[in-house]
Order: sequence, then C-alpha cells, then structure tokens
Amino acid sequence: MIKFFLMVNKQGQTRLSKYYEHVEINKRTMLEAEVIKNCLSRSKDQCSFIEYKDFKLVYRQYAALFVVVGINETENEMAVYELIHNFVEVLDKYFSRV
Amino acid sequence: MSDVVERTLSVLPGLLGQHDLGAGPGGAGGPGRVSATSRLGSLIRSITALTSKHEEEKLIQQELTSLKATVSAPTTTLRLMKECMVRLIYCEMLGYESSFGYIHAIKLAQQGNLLEKRVGYLAVSLFLHENHELLLLLVNTVVKDLQSTNLVEVCMALTVVSQIFPREMIPAVLPLIEDKLQHSKTSELMYDVLDESLRRAEINHNITYAILFECVQTIYTIHPKSELLEKAAKCIGKFVLSPKINLKYLGLKALTYVIQQDPNLALQHQMTIIECLDHPDPIIKRETLELLYRITNGQNVIVIVQKMLDYLKESKEEYAIINLVGKIAELAEKYAPDNEWFIQTMNAVFSVGGDVVHPDIPNNFLRLLAEGFDDGKEDDQLRMYAVQSYLALLEEEDALYPQKFLQVMSWVLGEYSSLVADVDPEVILTKLHSLLKKTFVTSETKVWIMAAVTKIASRTSCSKTVDKLIGEFSNSLDTYMRQYAFELKHLCEDKALMKTLLPFDASCNDMVVDASLSFLDGFVAEGLGRGAAPYKPHHQRQEEKLSQEKALNFEPYGLSFASSVSSSGVTGRQSPTGLSFGSDTSGNSAETGHKETNTLKLEGVRKLWGKEGYLPKKENKVGKENEPQTVSCGSLLPGQAGDPPASRSDQVASLSEEDKEKQQLASTLFIGLGSNAGVSLMGKADTATQKFKRKSKINETQNSEEDSDFQNSGASDFGPLLDTVPINMEDCEGNIHTRLRKASLCSSDIVEDNLVFETSQSLKKSGLDDRLSDSMLSQSSLFADSNIEIFQPSPSAQCESASKPPLVPSLPEELEELNHSGVVELCQSDALALHLCKVWTDDSLLLTVFVSNKTASALNAVNLVFEEAEHFQILESPTYQFPVIEAQSVECCQKCVWMDKICTQGILSGSVNYQSEMETRLDFSITLSLLDFIRPMEMTTEDFGKLWLSLSNDVKQNIKMSCSQDSLSAALNTLQQKLKLHIVDIIGNEGILACQLLPSVPCLLHCRTHSGMLALWFRSPCSALPDGLLYQCQKVMEES
Repeated sequence: MIKFFLMVNKQGQTRLSKYYEHVEINKRTMLEAEVIKNCLSRSKDQCSFIEYKDFKLVYRQYAALFVVVGINETENEMAVYELIHNFVEVLDKYFSRV
Repeated sequence: MSDVVERTLSVLPGLLGQHDLGAGPGGAGGPGRVSATSRLGSLIRSITALTSKHEEEKLIQQELTSLKATVSAPTTTLRLMKECMVRLIYCEMLGYESSFGYIHAIKLAQQGNLLEKRVGYLAVSLFLHENHELLLLLVNTVVKDLQSTNLVEVCMALTVVSQIFPREMIPAVLPLIEDKLQHSKTSELMYDVLDESLRRAEINHNITYAILFECVQTIYTIHPKSELLEKAAKCIGKFVLSPKINLKYLGLKALTYVIQQDPNLALQHQMTIIECLDHPDPIIKRETLELLYRITNGQNVIVIVQKMLDYLKESKEEYAIINLVGKIAELAEKYAPDNEWFIQTMNAVFSVGGDVVHPDIPNNFLRLLAEGFDDGKEDDQLRMYAVQSYLALLEEEDALYPQKFLQVMSWVLGEYSSLVADVDPEVILTKLHSLLKKTFVTSETKVWIMAAVTKIASRTSCSKTVDKLIGEFSNSLDTYMRQYAFELKHLCEDKALMKTLLPFDASCNDMVVDASLSFLDGFVAEGLGRGAAPYKPHHQRQEEKLSQEKALNFEPYGLSFASSVSSSGVTGRQSPTGLSFGSDTSGNSAETGHKETNTLKLEGVRKLWGKEGYLPKKENKVGKENEPQTVSCGSLLPGQAGDPPASRSDQVASLSEEDKEKQQLASTLFIGLGSNAGVSLMGKADTATQKFKRKSKINETQNSEEDSDFQNSGASDFGPLLDTVPINMEDCEGNIHTRLRKASLCSSDIVEDNLVFETSQSLKKSGLDDRLSDSMLSQSSLFADSNIEIFQPSPSAQCESASKPPLVPSLPEELEELNHSGVVELCQSDALALHLCKVWTDDSLLLTVFVSNKTASALNAVNLVFEEAEHFQILESPTYQFPVIEAQSVECCQKCVWMDKICTQGILSGSVNYQSEMETRLDFSITLSLLDFIRPMEMTTEDFGKLWLSLSNDVKQNIKMSCSQDSLSAALNTLQQKLKLHIVDIIGNEGILACQLLPSVPCLLHCRTHSGMLALWFRSPCSALPDGLLYQCQKVMEES
C-alpha cells in the first residue's frame, strides 16, 4: 500500500504531497524533512529503496527534484519505482515542459 | 450491468467536453470555468513568486479568509463551490488548515452534478480521515451512489469507501459492495495466467520485473504447482544475479520470502548472498541479514549473529537498532551453542543496543537465568560465567555502559555472585559502590545496584564497603537512596532476618502474598475504634461521588441501585488484573522488532495446518535435492571440510584466495540448510513456546516428541521424504526414541513434583490462607458462570417478591429454544419491576427486558431508555416505549446489542420513566461480559491456516492446566463449553479453535500442551480481542 507521495526539491521544499493515510499536518513537515534527508544521503549506485522506520521509501531523482513514495511491506517496490516514472512522464506530457 | 456501462458511456462525452472546453451541457459554465482555472492558477503563481515562508503564510491566510466568506455565503453556486474546493485542497496541501470547508465538501459530494460530485469526493477523501466525525454525514451519499446506475458515480463511491471508511461504517455498505464482486478465483485458474506471464515477461524493463516479482510471490503463496515453482526459482535467480542494484534488492526480498519453503534456493545463491553481505549499500546489507535471520539454525547461528552485530555497530538509526537487537537476542536465546557465547552475545546486545532495546529483552534474559534449566549444574555454569564476564566488564574504569546493561549486571551480581568462589565479595561490593558514585548512572539504576549490594551484604558477615556506603548515603539528598541506605543499615544489624528475607536463588519461588492484608486488621480495628471512616476503594468512592451528583436530579433511588454499585465494584476489581496481565503478554508482539519473527513462526504453523501446500513441494524438493544437496551438505559439515567430493575440489582449485574465503564463509552460513531442513522447519514452528526456555530439556524432548508424533501420524504422507533422506533420519529416529522415553519420564516426574509441591503447600497453609482462598472462592463462584447474571437480587428484594403475588416473566416461545440465561431482576419500585434475560442468538446478544406492572391500575407511556455506553452498541434505537402496561401484567421489549469496543466486562445502564402520581424514574444497569458476544466460528483447517496467516495481532501465554483437564481434549472441551469456541481440529498435542466477536471479528486460537502447561496463542485482526479472550481462558481454566 502506498502511504504517501511526495515531490521535494533538493533544498527540502515540498512541491507536492499527497497522503493516503492520515498524518497530522504539523507532523507532515517533520516527516518530509527526514525523508528528503534520507534520500539525499544516498549515492547514485545505491538502490532506490530505503528502509525507513516501519515502512519503505522508493525514490527517483529528476535533476533537483526528488519524487519519493512511502510504501508498506506489502507493496512491490519495483512497481512503485516505475509508477514514479510514469507519473513524471504524465506531468511532462501535460505541462509540455517540466 | 451492460446497460449501466452503456448509459455511462453516453454521459461521458458530455462530461469530458465539459472538462476540456469548460462548456458542459450545463451551458453557461464557460466563464466560470475559465475563472476557476485562472484563480487557482494565479494563486499558485503568486505563491511561487514569493520569497519567504512568512509571505506565503500571509497570502494563504488572506486566501483562506476570502474562501471562508465565499463558501458560507448562501448565494454561492455549486459550480463556484467546486472551484473553492480546489483552492482549499491546495491550501491544505501546503499545510494550512481549512476545516471550515469540510462540511461544504461533503455537501458538494452530496448535491453536485457528476464533475462537482467528483471534486466533492476528492476533497472529502483528502480532508477527512477515518475517525473524523463529519464522515457520518457522508454515509447516505455513498450508499446512494453505490446504487447509482452511473458507473462513474459508483466508482467514486467505491474509491471513497476504500480510502476513508472506518470499520464501524463498513456494515452499511458491505452488501452493496459484495454485489459488485463477481468472481471467486482459485489457484488453478491462476496457473495459466502466471505461466503465461512468466513466459512473456522477457523484455528487459523495470515494470516487467515488477510483474515478475508479483508472479513469483503469488506462485509461492498459492496452492503450489511444481512446474511453476521451478520457473519461479529460476526467475528469482535472474533477479539475484542481476547487476542492477534494484533488481538485486528484489531478488533478496523474494529469497527471504521463499527461503523457508525452499532452502535449496539459498544454497544455490549462497555466493551472491555472501557478496551482498559485504555490499557497500547498507540497505542491501540489511535485507541480506533479514534473509540470513530466516535461515538461522543451531549450526550457523554464530556466524550469522556475528554479521548482525557487525552491522549493528555501524547502524545509527534507532529503529533499525531496535529491530536488529531484538532479532539477535531472539536467535541467541533460541540457538545458543554454549554458555560463553550466549553471555557474550547478550553483552553485545546490551552494550550496543543501549537503552533503546525493548524492555522484554533484559527481562527475558534475566528470567532465563533465574528460571534455569532442568540441569542445575548447567544453570550454575551459565550464571557463573555471567558473573565473571560482568566483573571483567566492570574492571574497565571509564567504560560507559547503558543503564539497562548496568541493571542486568547488578541483578546478576546480586543474585549469583556468591557462586563464584574465588572472588571476594568485598571486591564486588567495591565495584558496585564506585558505580553508585558515578554521575552517568541514573537513579533507577542506582536502585538496582543498591538491591544488589543488599543481597550480597546478606551473604557476608561484615563489610567495610557496606558500612561506608551506608554512611555515605544515609544523608544523601536522593530520598530513595537515603531510604535504601537506612533499610540496609537496619538489615545489617539483624543478619538472621536479612538472610530469611533474601534467600539465595529464590527469585523464581512463588511468594505467598496475603492479598487481603489481614495483618493490618488490628491496625484497622484500632483506627475504626477511634472513629475513623471505614476504607472505601477508589472506584467505590468515585461511584458514590457520581451518585451524589446524580442526586441533584431530585429523584429517589430504588434499592437496586445499591446492589448495582457493589457488583460493578467487584467487576471493576476483577478485570484490571486480568487485562493488565493480558496486555503484558501482548507487549512483545506489539513491538515491531518482533514482527518479522511472527511471519517466521507463522510459516512453520502453516506447515502444521495446511492440509496440502507443503507436501507436493517437499516431494519436488527431494527429487531435485539429491545432487546438489549431497555436495553442499557433505562438504559443509565442518568435520568433513578437508575431504570434499571430487566435483567440488576441481572447482575449488580454480578459485582465487578471496573466493576461497567467501566459500568458507558460505559453508559456515549455509550449514544445516540441506536435508534436515524439514526438521528445522518443524522446529521453527515451535519457537514461540521455546522463547523463554532456551535449553530446557523438557522443551527439547518435547519438540522431538512432537516431531516424531508428526512423523508417525503423517508417515504415509512423508513416505518419500523418509525414504530419500535415509542417513539423517535413521540417526534422528534413534535419538528421538531415546529422548522420547526420557521426555515421558521427565514430564511425569514433573507432574508428580508439582502435585507433591501443591499438596504440601496447601497443607502448610494456615487459617489465614484458608480465609484468603475462601474469599477467592466466593469471588470465583460469583463469577463462576458469567453467562448467568452477576446481579444477585438483594435478599430484601427476594423476600419482597416472595411475599407478593408472583409476576413471573418468561421468554416468548420462539426465544425459549435459543441459548439464554436465567431471568434476573434488574430493579424495582413500588409500581414496576424490571427483569432481564440474555438470549445469545447467532448474530447478536438479545437483551430481553421485562417490565411488570405491580400496581392495580394500568400504567401509560412507560419509556425504557438505554444510555449510550462506551463499549456497547444497541442496534436500532436505544429507547422503547410501552404505550400501556395493564395492571398486574408483564410486557417485554428486546434489544440487540453488539460490543463496540472490547472489554472483559462492561456496564450498560439505562432507566425507565413512567407516570404514576408524578413522573418517576427508575435506573438500572446490566453487566455484559465479553463472552456474551463471542460465538463459535466454524471453518475448515485449511481456512484456518489461511486466516491465521493474514492476521497480525497475536498474544501468547502459557497457562497451567489443572489436574481435572490433564489432556488436551479435556482442556479444549472446557474452552468449547465455557467460551463457545469452535474446535477446528486436533492433531497430536495441538489443537486449533476459532471464534468470532459479534458481528464478525474472528479470533483464532492455537493450543499446545507440554509438560502440564497449555500454550495458548491467539490471533485476531483486533488487538484487544486476544487479550480479552486470554483473560477469559485463564479464568475458566482456573475454575474447572
């Protein structure tokens, strides 16, 4: 199951967030900051999945923008990884220049 | 269905047109649409243009103010509302609350046209969460939309249901949703699809791998088919061997998932696994450790735990540490090869895990040391080793140990330091003393240390250090320390008393506690004699306070109220102990660090209970196994390492030094995974009960007994397995037989011991204890059958009703046949009497309340009102009105009740209003027990297995079986009769039972008997239910 969907830039500013599970608004900021910190610490040759607390993060980097999806144990990481790309492609098509 | 689709399709173009062109069938929407886009657009544009967070806040607040005005204006059209919703969603997404708009989102979902409804639903699903109270207002809309002929509306409703509907609202929509499900697929139908998917998934693309991964997982989950399993195994190989890191990760994850069903796969990929173990990416490493954790056995535990500890030392994230430390501790307890290793590993756990370790870990460790094993010599060795290692650790002057570790050390030193003869107690006392003065030691730890000092002091004649310590802390600013110092001082003055107070190695002995505090009787009597008020327990004081508040109603209370107070007082006293006990035991399962453990164990359980699903695979494995198996197994045994088979020695020759090292590591890691894997799997099923008794001989023999039982009972099924693995099995069987004999000897000894112990105990008990047991007896008889009411009519009421012409209520005929309690009196006044009968129907608890009119004239408008209760839900309306009750007659009303929130016992109160000379009110309360809502749940063994796997909350507890139910079946029958559990199956010394909490929360129970204990293991989707049931089980087992 997908828990949340985030687009965050390298400076840690949230560009898009969607939670599929209720998270208190003030806790979201903290979570987002930690998530991006985790993603930034990863190098290119490391895998795109991070075990974070009791769930997993699947992330992809597009230039300065990170798309991060929080999922639980039952989700298929690779499918989510592709979903991110698919989503970005859709954005690209819709807005023509992303 | 097809006409629905057609109609929907015919609507769609209009909808899409509206969306694309901004001019739908509604006509004049053009400008509105344009402005909507531009308003959201301009909001976003102006936000991005801002430079500081502060400005953003100001702008959004402004926006929210204007939106608030717009949405609350009565003239706002739905179209405009839709536009406002979009902006509200955006504001909320940025972190600004816009709760004023929630209600309008619901309205929009209710009233809008298709597109507006869509936005309304979207906003609702974003704004509200499943516990939000406004959600209630949405139920009707959703129900209506689910029944809609428009497919789009149905989809919207389904989406919102799946997103935010809370559990209690599901019944409202479930039938409608069930209608929408059409197929039930079986494994067989899936085979072709899976085969086809595997075959066609050749393209080298990420999403293909994602699908392949799902297929593999499915193949290993469904009813197995050997052909597919082979293909899946190959597929996993592809993942594992891939140079792409993401695929490697998936491969490891898949391996972890299937490893227990097919340990050969681990053997095949051992070299890759070794490489991953030293991978620079910590995530890959961690996943590999998870995999190794699942293949750990007695032979490879040392290497695997070492690898885990290495990782632990590098790890910084708290969550990872807690998780890993839990696993290491579990493996160490389960598979420790010797004492030294065990103690050293636990030392590492405590020092690295620090104070974040779950409290269960130190507790279990100490319990293990204290309870010991059957072999006293072995116990002492372990304890001695622990003492020695701690003394060595404390030798280092400046070492900082975590508090929990220090606590463990001081407890062990205090209890067992006297076992080590060559160490002067004075030395230990000095060390403890110096610890007490360290600043990093918390006051909690100091208390532990002080206790240790006291224990050691009781075993020495006189000690300078103790005297010094008393002197130092007698005027400490810390009041606790001061108190302990004084206690120590007084105890030291009376060594004889001190020795009886602190006997050696008595931490596990049961203490006889005088719970009635009768030794205070004299003091109390004296106090009362001086005119003190009698003591009332806290809850009684509160109830009285409450009833005094109620007295402001100017209403007189009937006699019955007093009786209800006292009885609820009793229940209040009873339940907390039971519940706290239950929740204690569930504590460790709630800890996430143990989650993986659960899946591990459950794999084993499935082996036991799945009728199929295991054996075909087994055969298949055996078939494949001959060749690689003998190679790996033979060569991997340490003793034979120098004598590898020819085929492998060739291979070895061509390997580089480094590879050889890896090979060596592999051989230590994957040892024991071969032909005896089946046996170790069986062992794993048992880990639950083994947890606290690492080396208990009883347990070991018990296991082997279980194994052999299993083999005997399943001899025909396991024929092929037994045939093809001859060497090991023969050995094992020999062992098993001898051990079996020992086991039976052993356990019977223990039973006898227990008996002797108990009788001597009871003989020794003084009158005081008798009194105690008396009071317990009366209490238990009060609760003996919680089905029958706890409300005992007060004696006065009984007399009264005896003297009057009886107005005996009786159940209607149709209910008389159902299970029901006796009729008991609830309350009465001069005019009315209320009686209650509980009827346990299949789908609810039916409360039948009888209202008898005792007067000589008819009573009009008698209202029965149930108050809202925290734990219970009254279906339909909580009130009932009897228009008229004739003189000297009885009317009855029936209410169906469900338990909403789980409790062992709860009170449902209510009142009756009636008009005699003046408006009169009569209060009553009904005690409902959890058991009132438990019904048997019939299912097959197979379904049980499936359901078991899908449940996550579990609670385990061992309870002692009394002599009357020495056999499993007797115990299970008790549970069946008293708790209404359904016995699904009994195999050997294990049994499975199922029940449900109304309306439909299942709870599964797995029972196993061993050496006079009944190991209960509950699982349920609801976390509180197992605790509640466990409490009830304990109660009935004690009583029977």
